[in-house]
Amino acid sequence: MLILECPYCGVTAEETEFHGGGEAHIKRYGPGSTEEEFNNYLFAKVNPKGVHFERWRHANGCGKWFHAARNTVTLEVYGTYTAQTSDIPQDIKDKVSAKVPGWSWREFE
Amino acid sequence: MSNPVSALQGAAYDGYVKVEELGLRGMITVRGNLASTKLKNAVKAATGAAMPKQRQISIADEGAVAWMSPDELLLLVSYDKVNEVIAAFEEAMAGQHFLAVNVSDARAMFRLSGDKVREVIAKISPVDMAQDEFNTGDFRRTRMAQIPAAFWMADEQTVEIICFRSVADYAYGLLKDAAEPGGEIGIFG
Amino acid sequence: MSTRLSNSGRLLNKGRAMNFTFNGKRMSGFEGDTLASALLANDQMLVGRSFKYHRPRGIVASGAEEPNALFNMGEGSKFEPNQRATTTELFDGCKLGSQNHWPSLEFDVGAVNNKLGRFLTAGFYYKMFMHPRPLWKHVYEPIIRQSAGLGKAPKDRDADKYEHFYAYTDVAVVGGGVAGLQAALVAAKTGARVLVMEQTAHWGGRAPVDGGTVNGEPVDKFVDQIVSELETMSNVTIRTRMMGSGVYDHGYLLGYERVNDHQPEAKGPRHRLWRIRAGQIITATGAIERPISFAGNDIPGVMLASAVRDYAVNYGVSVGDRTVVVTNNDDAYRTAIALKNLGLDVPAIIDARSGGAGALGDEARALGIRVENGKGIAKVKGYKRVEGVAICSQAGEGAVLEEIACDAVAMSGGWSPVVHLWSHCGGKLYWDEAQAHFRPDVDKAPTGAAGEAFVIVAGSANGYLDLAAGLADADAAGKAAAKAVGKKVAKSDVPAAEATDEAASEAIWLMPQGANIKLRMKSWLDYQNDVKVSDIQLAAREGFESVEHAKRYTTLGMATDQGKLSNINGLAILSDALNQPIPQTGTTTFRPPYTPISMGAIAGEARGEIFQPIRKTPIHSWNEENGADFEPVGAWRRPYTYLRDGEDRHSAVIREIDQTRSSMGLLDASTLGKLIVKGPDAGKFLDMMYTNMMSTLKPGRCRYGLMCNENGFLMDDGVVARIDDDTFLCHTTTGGAENIHGHMEEWLQTEWWDLKVYVANVTEQFAQIAVVGPNGRKAMEKLTEDDISAEGLPFMAFKDITLAGISARAYRISFSGELSYEIAVPASQGRALWDALLEAGAEFNVMPYGTEGLHVMRAEKGFIMIGDETDGTVIPQDLNMQWAISKKKEDYLGKRAQERSYMTDPTRWKLVGLETTDGSVLSEGAYAVAPGENANGQRNVQGRVTSTYYSPTLKRGIAMGLLLNGPDRMGEVVDFPRVDGTSVLAKVVDPIFYDKDGEKQNV
Repeated sequence: MLILECPYCGVTAEETEFHGGGEAHIKRYGPGSTEEEFNNYLFAKVNPKGVHFERWRHANGCGKWFHAARNTVTLEVYGTYTAQTSDIPQDIKDKVSAKVPGWSWREFE
Repeated sequence: MSNPVSALQGAAYDGYVKVEELGLRGMITVRGNLASTKLKNAVKAATGAAMPKQRQISIADEGAVAWMSPDELLLLVSYDKVNEVIAAFEEAMAGQHFLAVNVSDARAMFRLSGDKVREVIAKISPVDMAQDEFNTGDFRRTRMAQIPAAFWMADEQTVEIICFRSVADYAYGLLKDAAEPGGEIGIFG
Repeated sequence: MSTRLSNSGRLLNKGRAMNFTFNGKRMSGFEGDTLASALLANDQMLVGRSFKYHRPRGIVASGAEEPNALFNMGEGSKFEPNQRATTTELFDGCKLGSQNHWPSLEFDVGAVNNKLGRFLTAGFYYKMFMHPRPLWKHVYEPIIRQSAGLGKAPKDRDADKYEHFYAYTDVAVVGGGVAGLQAALVAAKTGARVLVMEQTAHWGGRAPVDGGTVNGEPVDKFVDQIVSELETMSNVTIRTRMMGSGVYDHGYLLGYERVNDHQPEAKGPRHRLWRIRAGQIITATGAIERPISFAGNDIPGVMLASAVRDYAVNYGVSVGDRTVVVTNNDDAYRTAIALKNLGLDVPAIIDARSGGAGALGDEARALGIRVENGKGIAKVKGYKRVEGVAICSQAGEGAVLEEIACDAVAMSGGWSPVVHLWSHCGGKLYWDEAQAHFRPDVDKAPTGAAGEAFVIVAGSANGYLDLAAGLADADAAGKAAAKAVGKKVAKSDVPAAEATDEAASEAIWLMPQGANIKLRMKSWLDYQNDVKVSDIQLAAREGFESVEHAKRYTTLGMATDQGKLSNINGLAILSDALNQPIPQTGTTTFRPPYTPISMGAIAGEARGEIFQPIRKTPIHSWNEENGADFEPVGAWRRPYTYLRDGEDRHSAVIREIDQTRSSMGLLDASTLGKLIVKGPDAGKFLDMMYTNMMSTLKPGRCRYGLMCNENGFLMDDGVVARIDDDTFLCHTTTGGAENIHGHMEEWLQTEWWDLKVYVANVTEQFAQIAVVGPNGRKAMEKLTEDDISAEGLPFMAFKDITLAGISARAYRISFSGELSYEIAVPASQGRALWDALLEAGAEFNVMPYGTEGLHVMRAEKGFIMIGDETDGTVIPQDLNMQWAISKKKEDYLGKRAQERSYMTDPTRWKLVGLETTDGSVLSEGAYAVAPGENANGQRNVQGRVTSTYYSPTLKRGIAMGLLLNGPDRMGEVVDFPRVDGTSVLAKVVDPIFYDKDGEKQNV
């Protein structure tokens, strides 16, 4: 069972306070998008072995959604950060790079 | 006009820690920009208490304010004053983007008192209740076994707990179970 | 025979005798005894029967590794099977029963399997019962089930109490032996928070039995000193009777505290599960002695050498008068010496090593003990009890040199570190050739949240079997742990222990080395599951080469002891059979818990009344007192109907509906979700949330809305009321309140965070009561001065009024088709309003109705129900609800999905009403069949029933369903087969069965 730090309320708590929300940084495609774009938006997830970026909600806490940079193999958590961003913040990228040089994830690296 | 009643109407249990359901308390959920001076002033006017820091509760004579999230507060006032407090608050905040809504009836409140209140909480909430980690002034939203709850310490012997009204029976059952004599652990001081 | 000695027993309080029964026989022991020591003191060597062959089995060990001595314990609501005698403390009045035998322990019919042992080889069940297939279900399985399973399942509800406890610490130390204590002390001295747990009731582990000196004093003094020092430190918590059960991700550790097992009449929980988060975990879990594989090594009286010593020294029990010691290492000599010093006879030490022992060998000889080097046991004589041993040369094939009469055999095949907790979360091991065991590879520890190593192993668990080396290792472990949690570590000396001069042990996997098949078939590896050396060899020959496969094929290590005694010996035999080194074979996976823990401890407080949270409305207690037949709706309990004397559900529902439609009914609708959505962008936001246009709704008015997810599927519905320009109140379904609140927050926080909107869940702030039926208004008018007439409060509007002296908001909305008001008041006054409405409605014979009445009335009106007409695959268009989908909006959640080709397929099944031709009620979920069969040979289907009820209003069965081209097939009759082969015919009709023009609700 993981422990995560909520970047909004600063609590470091066990997983039972949180609720996982799948892959992070997914761009929404709405009306006007192509079938392929929309299909990828809804269904194409990278599900990597290694560095991953996820959405979590502090459900039994402040109720806020945030992002976590995490390793799906070692379960190491590189950092958590606000959900109100489209890009991965540089300091988080740096933290991942320090542990996994040369990582890449979707269009990010 | 009928008398409003709290969920458990003041039920109490004498375990190795005393468990009491408290009567109705005025509670107002406020959402807005917590950094705004206007909001700070309105909160102060409503409760007499200053804006709390992250995960803190700020307590004054006539009311209290708890930090719920970066854009949410819970104001605690007397039950019969809620409507007038909200009206005054709304007037003070006119023109701002905010929300102030009465949730007094949507909540149940409990008080634990005794020497071992910390360990009773630690049986049902995944929170480090050591003196160095949690103290008066701290406010923690978490889960209490299977329900969301929030609590703070009024003093070293007293914990106050808020949960949803519909699960008041469950919360009371949990607290009684945790406070049952013979279950003393003796870990915090 | 085994007896109590008068001159030893360091853990006993001989001043306090305790009585107990075993299979109904009265016995007695002392305070401080384990069940095992007490049984041995009463000469009860035979304690059970093995699983497969029903062979007589005795106590083998003295700790958690015991495979045989498992008992049914207690009676009635305190009954529990599989209690391990070696780790359960004796208490007065304890009732024990042995397991896995019939009709009795002494005479077991199942032992005939023992004679059939040649045929019951590895994989017997797999091979034998595969063919013919039909026999499995009706013949083999029922018979095997009869004889399978250890112990009896409890019949009564467990009377005990259990709880959890969330603990946080810098350093958690598992194991209260000298290593654990030393590690804890040095870590605690840095100021770190330290939690130490010991699974037994005593500190010190094996050291006080094994002897030795620390800082010039006997080791038990050292233990006492260190424990009292730890007890005085405020940053330290020490607990006995608490086992480290498992190590999990991110420093999570489960501690299983047996609070009251030793005093079952005491108040408080029986077990407490500590859910610990530790910065660092030190596993000082010690080592377990291995048996030796020789023929007859399972006969009662053959025991681990360390256990024989434990019983003699700790509990003052001699396992036998004449004990032969057989070993491959020096440690077992301590057993011989201890027994001899207690005045017992040790006819011989059989040492498999040709070179024999070091200093301990000299000590033994000096005491007059005969020592035979390079020898082994060819076989043990006896059946229910050891009668003697036949000695052979270890290097040979088992030719008997000599027979020695004895009544006990103390064996030692070397020591294996307890690496379980180290390994649970990924700590790696390596094979130590010299000591012949797997030990932790300290460079490959489990890693935590920050990628740091979070488990440190100490003492004999780390392969440092010698007291001096173990203490030094533990001291280093304590310091390393403190440093890892950020504490400053001062220099300090390691307690000085005397090192013993021991000769190296030699790996002995089979005794004698060239044992023939007859001997190998009686050489047990796994006592509980009856796995022998020959079984592993057979598995290897049959191609089960992976250790995990061989384990499952033979069941080696799959019993309740999880291979604590058998695994290493078994995989050594497997490696030998495969002709490969042991590390190449590897170990099976170590999984928590270390030993079985009670289901009660896992459940904790979640039992009985507090098994799960039940949500209750402010009217719940009235419902309870007035015949409510509850059904779960989410976590709520809602009345399905209110039963009156002598009524069944069906007639109660009919009564409630008839009365509501003809006069007046009340519904406790408090569970409906209520969300406040406020802000300058609230309308814009709700336009995205709902398929309808909400931004155009006028203040004071209500609109029914549909909510879809991004896949286009319907997820919720409800009435939205616009309170003012900036504020909406959205009603959700009962089950949807929290989900929809979360859904709104998710989109606001993660996608449209620039929108100025706040959402608050006010579901529980209000009690909501639906006043339904033609007389409802008249009743309400008695309670209010406000104008609630058709003009004063028109249909689909709301108004703040005072009702029965309570501030209320009245919504003119209807889910029944009748004149209806939904009244929201503060929850604290919900019951008062309910009572007032009952009183005001008395003259109209008002009746509360339940969820079934609600469902039937909405179905009569053709209103959909989320979860009935929808199942996560249904879009609004399927339900002919295009009217609720705004065509003007560029976007809403689900819009793009609803444009996908599959969603616009004209052959999607669509909503219709169904009327059975015979008036009967269609089955729930029944399918309408079409001609022909599909590729799987199943009948083709063309539709299904989504809701079906008896309508008291129409006095016939009515249903709604989804049907291929449904709306175009009005009047057609379709076929719904029943399970029994007959069919029900139903006519396709408009789904609105009642008051098609909506005149009744709009008056």
